[in-house]
Amino acid sequence: MDTTKTTDAPPPTSQPPANVQKRVNRGATRPGDRVFLGLSRGSGILLLVIMAAIAVFLTYRASLAISKDHGNFLTTFEWNTNLVPPSFGIAVLAFGTVVSSVIAMVLAVPVAVAIALFLTHYAPRRMSGPVAYVIDLLAAVPSIVYGLWGALILVPHLNGLFGWLDEYLGWTGIFSWQGGAPRSMLTVGILLAIMILPIITNVSREVFRQVPQMHEEAALALGATRWEVVRMSVLPFGRSGVISASMLGLGRALGETMAVATVLSPTFDIQTSLLDPGGGTFAQNIASKFGEATQDGRDALIASGLVLFVITLLVNGAARAIIARRKEYSGANA
Amino acid sequence: MKLQRKNRLRALTLGAVAVSGALALTACGSDDNGGGSKASGNPSSAANASSIKCDGAKGQLLSDGSSAQKNAIDAWVKNFSQACGVQINYKAGGSGAGVTSFTQGQIPWAGSDSALKPEEVAASKKVCSGGQGIDLPMVGGPIAIGYNLNGVDNLVLDAPTLAKIFDGKITNWNDQAIKKLNPSAKLPDLKIQAFHRSDDSGTTDNFTKYLIATTPDNWKYSGGKTWQAKGGQSAAQSSGVAQQVKQTNGAIGYFELSYVGDGIKPVSIDTGAAQPVAPSTDSATKAIADAKVVGTGSDLSLKLNYNTKADGAYPITLVTYEIACDKGNKADTLPTVKSFLNYMASEDGQKLLSGIDYAPMPDAIISKVRSTIATLS
Repeated sequence: MDTTKTTDAPPPTSQPPANVQKRVNRGATRPGDRVFLGLSRGSGILLLVIMAAIAVFLTYRASLAISKDHGNFLTTFEWNTNLVPPSFGIAVLAFGTVVSSVIAMVLAVPVAVAIALFLTHYAPRRMSGPVAYVIDLLAAVPSIVYGLWGALILVPHLNGLFGWLDEYLGWTGIFSWQGGAPRSMLTVGILLAIMILPIITNVSREVFRQVPQMHEEAALALGATRWEVVRMSVLPFGRSGVISASMLGLGRALGETMAVATVLSPTFDIQTSLLDPGGGTFAQNIASKFGEATQDGRDALIASGLVLFVITLLVNGAARAIIARRKEYSGANA
Repeated sequence: MKLQRKNRLRALTLGAVAVSGALALTACGSDDNGGGSKASGNPSSAANASSIKCDGAKGQLLSDGSSAQKNAIDAWVKNFSQACGVQINYKAGGSGAGVTSFTQGQIPWAGSDSALKPEEVAASKKVCSGGQGIDLPMVGGPIAIGYNLNGVDNLVLDAPTLAKIFDGKITNWNDQAIKKLNPSAKLPDLKIQAFHRSDDSGTTDNFTKYLIATTPDNWKYSGGKTWQAKGGQSAAQSSGVAQQVKQTNGAIGYFELSYVGDGIKPVSIDTGAAQPVAPSTDSATKAIADAKVVGTGSDLSLKLNYNTKADGAYPITLVTYEIACDKGNKADTLPTVKSFLNYMASEDGQKLLSGIDYAPMPDAIISKVRSTIATLS
């Protein structure tokens, strides 16, 4: 109200240009604008403050733990924080986290891309809706339920697959099996693959749907078959989208906790075979050790959480770099 | 009955005076009525109710500690709160958490599966003005070694063999050492799958304490709540280990007695006594009877004799302690804590244990516990 009044009044001769300049820059400001500006700026600042506080807290607690660590934080194959002095290292956890996530990606990405292509380019319209809906439902199942299903149903049924792998691929060393319960890195990878399938499928589907009609029609006009259309126009266009979808899935696989803790048989050593039980992941280790952890134990777990955070950052950075480079070639987002 | 009526009278007069406490007290009154009416119909619950002396117990009680004794505490709380109208909340967040809360003065009593360490006693002196925290052994728990092996029913093992199995030195069920202990059993040519706890646990601590005490040559680890041997397989919580043993032929694992059955058979331990001993609440009590009280003053912490050769004594047993101040308990919670501890240690309280797979304390120890509780102030 005030502002309109002042502008209505004839300004002194020397003032007008400055006054006009101001109004152009800021637009009309009414109380609502100021409140909104304050709220949104405040939210932004609050977020940064919270993030900074968390980072400071985590780094501080982690540094406490690492300074007390009697073993080597990077190479010790042990996690015993009840010893005096405590002895723990993240080697096994880092290895297990990366290996299980890689297995999950290898299994999930091709299937997810195939499903997305089927839904967008092959399935009859009447069918693609319900199938997409079912895949969305997969994403809505809580991870502990996947864990229980994995431990009670999947694990007992994997004996056959493990036996087969051992018989035909055992010579590689990666797929040899000593006959322990099938609660190994491969089991975790299979379960994680099922869990990250929906998110990769959904994002890929959205990307494939946005392929310009003109590209596809042009390919068809040149006499391409449907597979050739997919290969020449859909996949190149969607490549960066599929990569970011995979990274979203990878993020979930890296941080998955309860399902891994329920299915894996965690031990603090690295198995050369993917079929022999053992190993561990960061999130699983935190979940299973937190309950009885002492002060030192909690600090050590926080330190391992920080490492997981760094690994996730690196993976995301790498993915962004790949996407940025691919853009130039594919011309997709031009 | 007379006592009860007196209590109710006291409660009513108090209720008239303290308006602010009206809600809690009416709850107390109505519970008493409920207990009374039930007592007339059911003689056994009448016996329960009459043995609980409420002695000014009132309000709410918070506690935290060992999850190993949770079921026992739950059963006691149910009876006690019915009789006295006191609300007791035992969180079972782990022994470490319980002791920490106790030494910080947040809870008047804690449960723990190991006695207070010297530094914890020192910390407790700040909370117990003029006194210190003491350990009262209250609940015994046999740790069963459960196995799943088709066609083998009464497996007998001794400490060295157990240590070698769980350390990965004996890997097949038809190993000579096992054959020697089970001459009549048909042991299959099958890989042994030994399961341990993946989370830190007092059960692991007590099991490995037994191995360290009985066969240090075969178990060269320092012990503690974290499993230290390499190899083997693991699962979270006792229920997880039991689940794995149940669904794997050739598996062996350790957990509380309540998980035995339903496809899991208990190993009998060859202790050197005339007969191998199977885990049971009775045999655990017999082993605890062989323990020495090592606490000083009013502290009653026990040193179990893992090498016991007494007939029918099952040595792999843990004892959980209730921890309170000997002097300097908070005045507002003292009567409630005292009467609840009294009920735990009472004949009825201890009798309740064997029905839910816990071992009652032997007479010599529980009578000391009772006289110590009487001196709490």
